[in-house]
Amino acid sequence: MTAAVELTGITKRFDDVVAVDNIDLEIADGEFFAMLGPSGCGKTTTLRMIAGLEFPTMGSLKIFGDEVGTLPPNKRPVNTVFQNYALFPHMDVIANVSFGLRMQGIDKKVATASAREMIKIVRLEGLEERRPSQMSGGQQQRVALARALVNHPKVLLLDEPLGALDLKLRQEMQGELKRLQQDLGISFVFVTHDQEEALTMSDRIAVMNDGQLLQVGTPEDIYENPANRFVADFIGQTNLLEGTVEDSSTVCLANGARVHAPSAHGSGTKVAISLRPERAHIRQRGDVSAGETAVDGVVESVTYLGNARVYGIRLDFMGMEVRDENRPGAMLHEPGSEIAVSWETSAISVVAD
Amino acid sequence: MTVVDQPVDDAGVEATPEFEAAAIRQESQRGFLLALPSYAYLILFFVVPLVIVVVYSFATRNQFGGTDLSGWNFDSYAKLGEPIVRAILFRSVWLALITTVICLVIGYPFAYFLATRSPRIRNVMLVFVMIPFWTNFLVRNYAWRVILGNNGPLTKTTEFLGLGEQELLFSQTAVVLGLVYGFLPFMILPLYASIERIDSGLLEASRDLYANGWQSFRRVLLPLSMPGVIAGSILCFVPSLGAYVTPEILGGAKTTLLGSYIVTQFLTARNWPLGASLSFVLMAIMLSATLVYFRKGGQTL
Amino acid sequence: MSSAVEPRGWTKAMLHANGWLVYLFFYAPILLLVIFSFSASRNVGTWGGWTFDWYREFSDNQSARNALSDSLKVAVFSTVVSVVLGTMAALSLERFTFRGKQVFDALLYLPIIIPDVTMAVMMLLFFSEFFDAINFVFGLNMRKGFNSIVASHIAFSISFVSVVVRARLAGMDSKMEEAALDLYATRWKAFRHVTLPQISPGIAGGALLAMTLSLDDVVITQFVAGPGWTTLPVYVFGLIRKGVTPLINAISVVMLIASMTLVVLSLVLERARGGTGTQ
Repeated sequence: MTAAVELTGITKRFDDVVAVDNIDLEIADGEFFAMLGPSGCGKTTTLRMIAGLEFPTMGSLKIFGDEVGTLPPNKRPVNTVFQNYALFPHMDVIANVSFGLRMQGIDKKVATASAREMIKIVRLEGLEERRPSQMSGGQQQRVALARALVNHPKVLLLDEPLGALDLKLRQEMQGELKRLQQDLGISFVFVTHDQEEALTMSDRIAVMNDGQLLQVGTPEDIYENPANRFVADFIGQTNLLEGTVEDSSTVCLANGARVHAPSAHGSGTKVAISLRPERAHIRQRGDVSAGETAVDGVVESVTYLGNARVYGIRLDFMGMEVRDENRPGAMLHEPGSEIAVSWETSAISVVAD
Repeated sequence: MTVVDQPVDDAGVEATPEFEAAAIRQESQRGFLLALPSYAYLILFFVVPLVIVVVYSFATRNQFGGTDLSGWNFDSYAKLGEPIVRAILFRSVWLALITTVICLVIGYPFAYFLATRSPRIRNVMLVFVMIPFWTNFLVRNYAWRVILGNNGPLTKTTEFLGLGEQELLFSQTAVVLGLVYGFLPFMILPLYASIERIDSGLLEASRDLYANGWQSFRRVLLPLSMPGVIAGSILCFVPSLGAYVTPEILGGAKTTLLGSYIVTQFLTARNWPLGASLSFVLMAIMLSATLVYFRKGGQTL
Repeated sequence: MSSAVEPRGWTKAMLHANGWLVYLFFYAPILLLVIFSFSASRNVGTWGGWTFDWYREFSDNQSARNALSDSLKVAVFSTVVSVVLGTMAALSLERFTFRGKQVFDALLYLPIIIPDVTMAVMMLLFFSEFFDAINFVFGLNMRKGFNSIVASHIAFSISFVSVVVRARLAGMDSKMEEAALDLYATRWKAFRHVTLPQISPGIAGGALLAMTLSLDDVVITQFVAGPGWTTLPVYVFGLIRKGVTPLINAISVVMLIASMTLVVLSLVLERARGGTGTQ
């Protein structure tokens, strides 16, 4: 099946700065796809190139097989929901929503009717005559959505659409966007710097940093098997135990301890063992189950989170965190206790830079 | 955003640096074409006249009062050092300074007062400050002529108050009065904009840290509103220095200021080169004042 | 501002008093002028009973009426041209980059800061040379008059218009134009349907400013006007120098009312637009 969006060798240079560095990406039809990364990583620039608001410096950009990289935005079958919605303040909701249809030459009556239907779908019925300034952030966002979707784009692009909303509203909208996407069946390409959001909503995520595409995969892939140090660190919480690869199944930690850690990296590579706090266990020293690896440490602090406890542990070469769910019967550990931190081999990833 | 409208047909091609460069160029051209009419207009009707003024300032005044452009010299600039001219220059700068200071002293409290009203009242008050500002400049000066003239309301009032007949017209005081009247809004508006921008939380913090009113003003309010003070001062000083209408109407023959002196060179005294050099000097002073303002990181007005 | 940091007592009284005095200072002369324009006394500034005589004299005075119509012609013409040119200039500076942009930007500021005496001198010298050159080359007999006045007014108005429109453009979210393109508008349609409605208050403001500057101008017009052409301010200015008469009072009040009407008009327009919820 043809990919909805296909980027090959896409690079974008602004004067001397390489904003997007030679990325290859395929987004399937009907997929909820997130582009995730810190500010300045190139995710927004990439989105704008798909929209046509920037030209790639080099590379091929196809939408459903058609090369569109050099076409202006008004000739591409995609629409964008902008970060601050960019609603036209001098037009009411109907005029805003029907704008794209009118620009395509569609008759005013027909356009208005379609707009009204879309307004119903995003549940803004009754607010057709309002101006953007008379609406709340959440309502404005729905107008922006309606305005884009009414044109039946083949792909919908969203540039950090939930950033301006408060927490509760954001969570509500996350669910709604997901529902909407599944109902409509088109691809949504979503840019965000909030990894929790990306994990919650997406079918697949592309993690970017510094213009480079680091990893593309499902939320599980990205979380469980991060491709490198940056991805491991950026997504969720993790402990990075520094060390060097000894052989294909052993890593020598910074304190000299040799631990069982299978990896494909060459011998001598500087790596880190990524261990999520919730996958680490605290055991008594010497009381470690078979199949688990352990290192000795001392409990430094306990933080009570209500649903869990986070222990700050000092190993001899670094500090780390272990997260224990607050279940009845869970063992509690006091600061100062000399314990061992252990984990199953399947719980870790060995990552390089 | 670089956008190209038509060169490509509906099937696109793969992007290349050449395409991008062409798109940027086309966008750049568009911008240039938009700017071109005004650009050309200003070059013709502003830059060229300016150059002509400079050229004339080096010319000589021939015996008939015409201008001889062939002999180039610094005569008219030398004339600037003469006592008459120096006196006029000093007087003009002095009056402009006094005007600016008065505007500042009156305008600052007013701007502060304005900035600390509630938003609705503020808007109404601003409108009422703007209205005189928009009315005809000549008429506003003339109004003072009427008030200050003999048997005018001012003398009637002072007589009534037992202060005797006070004739203020045709004096430096009258001119300053007229200048302050004309340019006070120019001081108030930038000051107001500057003060209004200051976070009132800062003044509260200063109080919390034991400063009294005067100290808060001197150490917090004043420094933070300095951009407004500078902008307002320049906006008052510059036009006051080059004022022509106000001194003519209110100043009379006794107080010749720079503006009138320049005009005389062209209308009666017929010494165009001197007039040109004076105009140029006036403009140079203006430009330096503005540059100083921008150097100090002033915002665009 | 919280009441804890508001000035109290003596300072507060002074601030309030200063405020009211400033307003009095602004409006008293204007009010007095209006009152005296109805005074029947030959002596300007003294009260001699109600009369409309001076206004009648104004409407009978041919030269005054000519000056008035000349002023209006010049103002309208120069406003239209400077609004078009100024808006284009503002657009080019706020939405595009091109070679020489900074020079252009700086050039646009010059007419704003230049003292009008200097500008008057500049234009006088320019037109003397210019017309000499044109007449020499093309064998015409062009002289100073309507053209020179309008050309000079346009020269200083373009900058003022562009400043006002630029402020409006800068305050506008440029993403809206991108959104319009994303929604299939062409560049021109995006401008017409999205940009233009949003900057139109700025354009109107700029037009008002240009009009006011043109109607206000004395020195520059005086220097570049030719025989047979004079604007009302220049005419009145000439009268004042010859001696103050009640007729001048009447003309002044008429000019006052005209400019006030313009201001009120623009405020009403802004209310009408502002009421639609723009920023």
